[in-house]
Amino acid sequence: MIFLAEWWDLRDLGNPVGKLLELLGDHGPDWLPYVVSAMVGSITIVVFLLVSLLAFAWVERRLLGRIQGRLGPNRVGPWGVFQSIADAIKFVTKEAITSRNVDRWMFWSAPVLVAVPVLVVFAVLPFGEGMVLADLNVGVLFVIAVGSVTAIPIFMAGWSSNNKFSLLGAMREVAMLISYELPQVLALLGVVVFAGTMRMSGIVGWQDEHNTWLIFLQPLAVLIYLIAGTVEINRTPTDIAEAESEIVAGYHTEYSGIKFGMFWLTEYFAGFAITAIIATVYLGGWTLWGLEEWVPGWIIFLAKLYGLFWLFIWMRGTLPRLRIDQLMGFAWKFLLPVALINIFVAGLEVLIWRENDLAAEVVLPGFAIANLVLAGVLIVVWGRFLGRARPSWRPARARLVKELGAVIYGQES
Amino acid sequence: MTMKSEPFVVNVGPQHPSTHGVFRLRLTMDGEKIIDAEMVVGYLHRSMEKLAEGRTYTQNIPFTDRLDYLSAMSNNLAYCMAVEKLVGIEVPERGQFLRVIMAEFQRIANHAMAISSFAMECGVWFTPLMWMFREREKILDLFEMTCGARLTTNYVRIGGVSFDIPPEFMPAARALLKEMPERIAEYEALLMENEIILARSRDIGVLPPDLAIAASISGPVLRGSGVMWDIRKADPYAAYDRLEFDIPVGTRGDCYDRFLVRMEELRQSVRILEQALDMLPGGPASVKVPLALRPPAGEAYARIEAPKGELGFYLVSDGSPHPHRFHIRSPSYINLTPLRDMVVGLTVPDAVITLGSIDIVLGEVDR
Repeated sequence: MIFLAEWWDLRDLGNPVGKLLELLGDHGPDWLPYVVSAMVGSITIVVFLLVSLLAFAWVERRLLGRIQGRLGPNRVGPWGVFQSIADAIKFVTKEAITSRNVDRWMFWSAPVLVAVPVLVVFAVLPFGEGMVLADLNVGVLFVIAVGSVTAIPIFMAGWSSNNKFSLLGAMREVAMLISYELPQVLALLGVVVFAGTMRMSGIVGWQDEHNTWLIFLQPLAVLIYLIAGTVEINRTPTDIAEAESEIVAGYHTEYSGIKFGMFWLTEYFAGFAITAIIATVYLGGWTLWGLEEWVPGWIIFLAKLYGLFWLFIWMRGTLPRLRIDQLMGFAWKFLLPVALINIFVAGLEVLIWRENDLAAEVVLPGFAIANLVLAGVLIVVWGRFLGRARPSWRPARARLVKELGAVIYGQES
Repeated sequence: MTMKSEPFVVNVGPQHPSTHGVFRLRLTMDGEKIIDAEMVVGYLHRSMEKLAEGRTYTQNIPFTDRLDYLSAMSNNLAYCMAVEKLVGIEVPERGQFLRVIMAEFQRIANHAMAISSFAMECGVWFTPLMWMFREREKILDLFEMTCGARLTTNYVRIGGVSFDIPPEFMPAARALLKEMPERIAEYEALLMENEIILARSRDIGVLPPDLAIAASISGPVLRGSGVMWDIRKADPYAAYDRLEFDIPVGTRGDCYDRFLVRMEELRQSVRILEQALDMLPGGPASVKVPLALRPPAGEAYARIEAPKGELGFYLVSDGSPHPHRFHIRSPSYINLTPLRDMVVGLTVPDAVITLGSIDIVLGEVDR
């Protein structure tokens, strides 16, 4: 994309900001542009997240309504679009109860701290070419590191609430975050191996340069990352940390009002963070095979992000929840070995490519097909290995009988 | 290395999202494992059996609506059958068929609730509940057009039914039955072949048939354990002996089998209903019964296959207009008794879905 550098050229939102900084640099003290650029960046991210949240809190409820054969919110404003604003007002005005025996400091600080890591993740994610707050050269590492910090405020919330259900929920959350960190990291490493950089904009640039998306080269890794991401943002089928049929509401059982609102909001933010990472790393970020020349890159990026978020809503409307030990077993027994094999194969492929100096146009389609086949074979074979295809697991209808009195317990049909 | 851990108590209920009302379960845990479970009931006790002794036989019918408030028709039916047995009243053929029709519609409505709440315990976010409520709503509409009430119907009366069906009932009922197989196939596509539901409920909460029989379990819970037993066939009442249907039976006695049995009972109910609507004879629906009924001194027990199991009413008459003794054999309460044996050794999430698969209503457990 050519930098026209006219401030009204909104294909790159950096243009107006750059113009503003230029003006400030010319007429103000030296430090002012630095402060202003940081503030503009962070405020933009927060505003973007809040607007997306308000929009998607409504979209999710409408979509779930459609999935479930009902209308969803339709009272506040046309089609209920202001429902999320009404909810936000409710969260703010409700009393935030602090029960008597809680650890007050931790109880109050947990909902504030929990929102920080997910906000920080967005600092390294490019919304468009050059539209990134901090283009770190270790962006992938930063995302992983910051993402795992969430466990601490959540555990603080569960521990300080002085409630068994809260503590159980927090323990589950921490155990899950730690277990799913590994497959998540391994899934992202496959990307790093291919792109040869940890810089987020570098990964997008690599995909643009080779005219491909990493989802084609790393189909298994996308799947692993999506599952691990679902666990991290605590939505069905992995909302075990707040499974309402088991442990009431998990770590935020004792929270109400805006303090609960912060947890709820953080979950959405984390969802946007996961989808943003997938969109950047696996789906080519702001690029769309030349369309970014015509449409602003940030619109393409947001379209990908929101499209992926739709997947989470769909899953929530369809799938039941796993048990905690099954979920943990899935991470360690299934995802981790499969991710290891995946990264081994990715390394091998890159080695072959680099050593023999092959042309990218030739090898990349080959790798894509090979990895797709590998993904399918690996899932089936490893599933069989773990015994998922036992005949007794297959659903059978209840047997129909006409006469009474006999017992057919234990007889397989 | 073994870690020494102290058992601790997790109190599930009486205010907990998945206890179906005010049921309390004190689980003693050793880490993740349940080592003891204590059931505490009685939070919804309304002294129904004693209250009924002060009222006339007809006045007691609305009480039975409030037992298992999700299947009021079945409760009315069982009670009225007990009174009819006591007095010796013959109900006309049309009344018998109307009772079957209502009881089977009620079974579909109840199983819709049972299956969807079981799925909710497994963590599905309301989708099956909403889907099944769509059909349940239509059934409740049918009840409303027949007797004016949706939930506490008070429809079956001593000697017949309170109202004959209105002309618009038949087309609506036929339309519902026509779409039901498709809807059931939808539920099955969503739930039955779901790997997560299988993983959650296969071999969980196993109730072996010897224990089930010893604890006098009945209904889908008993059939899920592989025991072929159904009062509609064993001791036919109303018009069931003239109708063709099969009994679904499970083979493993786990939560998934109970779910499968209920799924199949939906189909069988549709089958029964189609026949009953075709065979519905003309003539009067009820016989006239004096309001202040004075049954001869004696006792009677009548039982039906309610959606949750064997629902029986035991009445003792001393010749006065009030029952001398009024006892309810409620399936929810008796099906709950082996819960401890079913959940010991499992984890809390398993205990929750086991409770969900028994399908209790606290109004009937506590009376």
